[in-house]
Amino acid sequence: MKKVFLSLLLFPLGVLAAEGGYRLDASPHDVNNLVSLQSGARTFVNYCLGCHGAQYVRYKSLTELGIPEAQIRENLLFTGEKVGDMMKTPMPAQAKQWFGVVPPDLSVIARSRGADWLYTYLRAFYRDPKTATGWNNAVFPNVGMPHALWMLQGEMHYDPETHKWTEISKGTMSRTEYDATVRDLVAFLSYVSEPAASERKIIGIMVILFLALVMFPLTYWLKKEYWKDVK
Amino acid sequence: MGTMVSRLWAWFDARMPSLAEQWKIHAAEYYAPKNFNFWYYFGSLAGMVLVIQIVSGIFLTMNYKPDAALAFGSVEYIMRDVSAGWLIRYIHSTGASAFFIVIYLHMFRGLLYGSYKEPRELVWIFGVLIYLTLMGEAFFGYLLPWGQMSYWGAQVIVNLFGTVPFIGPDLALWIRGDYVVSDVTLNRFFALHVIAFPLVLLGLIVAHILALHDVGSNNPDGVEIKKHKDSSGHPLDGIPFHPYYTVKDLVGAVVFLVIFCAVLFFAPEMGGYFLEANNFIPADPLKTPEHIAPVWYFTPYYSILRAVPPLFASQFPGVVAMGVAVMILFFLPWLDRSAVRSIRYRGRLYKWALGVFVVVFFILGYLGVNPTTVWGQFGFDAFFLDTKDRATWVARVCTLLYFGFFFLMPWYTARDEVKPVPERVTA
Amino acid sequence: MSDQQKVDKTRRNLVVATSAVGAAAGVGVAIPFVASMTPSEKAKAAGAPVEIDLTHVAPGELAVVEWRGKPVWVIHRTKEMIESLKMAAPRLTDPESKSSKQPSYAKNDVRSENPEWMVMEGVCTHLGCSPQLRPAEAKAEMGADWVGGFYCPCHGSKFDLAGRVYRGSPAPVNLVVPPYTLTDGKLVVGEDKETKGA
Repeated sequence: MKKVFLSLLLFPLGVLAAEGGYRLDASPHDVNNLVSLQSGARTFVNYCLGCHGAQYVRYKSLTELGIPEAQIRENLLFTGEKVGDMMKTPMPAQAKQWFGVVPPDLSVIARSRGADWLYTYLRAFYRDPKTATGWNNAVFPNVGMPHALWMLQGEMHYDPETHKWTEISKGTMSRTEYDATVRDLVAFLSYVSEPAASERKIIGIMVILFLALVMFPLTYWLKKEYWKDVK
Repeated sequence: MGTMVSRLWAWFDARMPSLAEQWKIHAAEYYAPKNFNFWYYFGSLAGMVLVIQIVSGIFLTMNYKPDAALAFGSVEYIMRDVSAGWLIRYIHSTGASAFFIVIYLHMFRGLLYGSYKEPRELVWIFGVLIYLTLMGEAFFGYLLPWGQMSYWGAQVIVNLFGTVPFIGPDLALWIRGDYVVSDVTLNRFFALHVIAFPLVLLGLIVAHILALHDVGSNNPDGVEIKKHKDSSGHPLDGIPFHPYYTVKDLVGAVVFLVIFCAVLFFAPEMGGYFLEANNFIPADPLKTPEHIAPVWYFTPYYSILRAVPPLFASQFPGVVAMGVAVMILFFLPWLDRSAVRSIRYRGRLYKWALGVFVVVFFILGYLGVNPTTVWGQFGFDAFFLDTKDRATWVARVCTLLYFGFFFLMPWYTARDEVKPVPERVTA
Repeated sequence: MSDQQKVDKTRRNLVVATSAVGAAAGVGVAIPFVASMTPSEKAKAAGAPVEIDLTHVAPGELAVVEWRGKPVWVIHRTKEMIESLKMAAPRLTDPESKSSKQPSYAKNDVRSENPEWMVMEGVCTHLGCSPQLRPAEAKAEMGADWVGGFYCPCHGSKFDLAGRVYRGSPAPVNLVVPPYTLTDGKLVVGEDKETKGA
């Protein structure tokens, strides 16, 4: 009986986020794919950094993705920053007046929203003449953010009643190309929200193997030996 | 080399004999029952988790900044820029939840074997004080990351103190040091979490162990081992804690560490229960999250709080119910009127009561992490239903059963049938 | 060996083995904690090499930059200043820089890679104050045989225009020369071929 309730307790909290909302697609990203991460980094700097910051991420940490420091300096540093600086947005405080809210920092967005949410959100923008920006989003209704990637995806129309999507105009990318771009961007955002994730798992395997295969037999044997005294 | 060490020890021992004396009293010649089982690991494990929390906590304090503008950033700094900072952070966050799992199991042992009964009432009382202090420690610590959950969880709990009649608003103001939870609150919670409460905790733990060692440990049979001694005055069913239980607890520690490390390295967020998703959003006093819930280890009591409807437009009755739900633990030694200690020799009434209590505790906990709408609404309309949420009504039934376990205990433990208790311990 | 002795021996061996492995595990656990106290990425970024544009430093001028929290002096030495170094040599504690800290390319008569440019930390090797420039013209204050250099106001140490300490000064060694890279018109303090990436 206890086990049933224990397993119920482990029911992820994240499901609550989608309760009653748009169905989220599972994100197909791979945080260990360096090519994907580099592509995501490029998309991020070109399209997102203008409004959003990633203020806890150092430019220098992109070297972990296989991007050499020289390349970071040439391609990613624009306004006199140094490679050791944090990825701050040049967006001023007026952003609150333009968008209704300051564009949130994206350093840990993948941990608060989740990768699936991000993957679906970035592919769920549609034209809506009734909003201030002319854009709306099926995952985040009446969001203050315009469709930053619209030139890549093209324009879509969505009917919230029938849940039907129709294409208004084409972007520079095909559907699969755009999905791949978003996938890479989500991979990058996931990586950036916890850069130590891969290292953590590798160390974890070694620690647990050591404990289970070395410490446990030794201490168990030691215990058994002494407890021979106890009848 | 060997003689040099023994000569050094002899020099030390001649000047501070109390050290060797204390070792004898509390380890080498502390005779504990030889039939300790699985449930007896959790005391030493609690001590180990305490050490883990203190050490990881010290290193976190080296880099954390207790300033509302800097706190969230300093945690991310630890996670990214400090060598192995992520490891220290996860140790501390996993350790916090581990502490409560271990403590709940440790307390449950008390319920199973009547460890709170005479002459160990004081051990139990110190234990409940430790539990309360630990809850405070966890509450203060949770504000420190300064995420949305940290902020709003603190706001809600401090406001609960504000519901106390007459003194409430002033009390809440005094706790916060400000009109809302702010940088001022953060700084003082930091001081309480880092030094004040840990010192209290350490003192209480020393008292807890001293009180225990003065009367001797209980055991799964609830038999008093001091009744039968051998010619040297040692209990026949006792064995010296060192080396037998030091060596056994070492195995327990290794097994615990395997589980602890599995969580730490592979699931530190634990599906959002140990590290909540909402807490990765910096605190925003102007934006209330849709769903505020305390961390899982507080949720059974949170459920009780929510289950009690407001009376005279005040939430204070709920607060009282929540308070009583915790404080009732103090009275356990006197509520239990059974002649026997251990569940092994009790009748069906107690076994059922305890089983229901455990189930109810889990249900209340589950309901506490979820919004009250989690189980939908009743379809029908009845004039006495102040709310249609099914979960709230289940919580109310569970709250009654929870209190029933304690308040009815004098009745059902007195009339419960008991089995004959053996003179000597069994396996 | 009796049975009891065998038991004791087994126990002793087990205790020793478990303790040894346990101690190794303890060291393994201690390593990340100790490592967390080494300079973080933030400290390393703050301590990163500093670039100076030399085209704005006129001959005879002293420029000061901050590197790793310390003042670093960049002197555009004139011919006279370079000559003065020879005149000061007999009165110095360590004219050949045997005891002081400088990169290999600065272990020479002029204590620099290029005699025209002197790079050194403006931190007195006595107790850490920052000495002040006293050009050759300051003979009224510094004495008739002053050929130009630095004077530390805290306890009176004197240094020449290559940072070498005069005999009789409380400071024991010459001023520290940090690693640096000189290219056309540009100086990078804190980095050279040997320490690149450090």
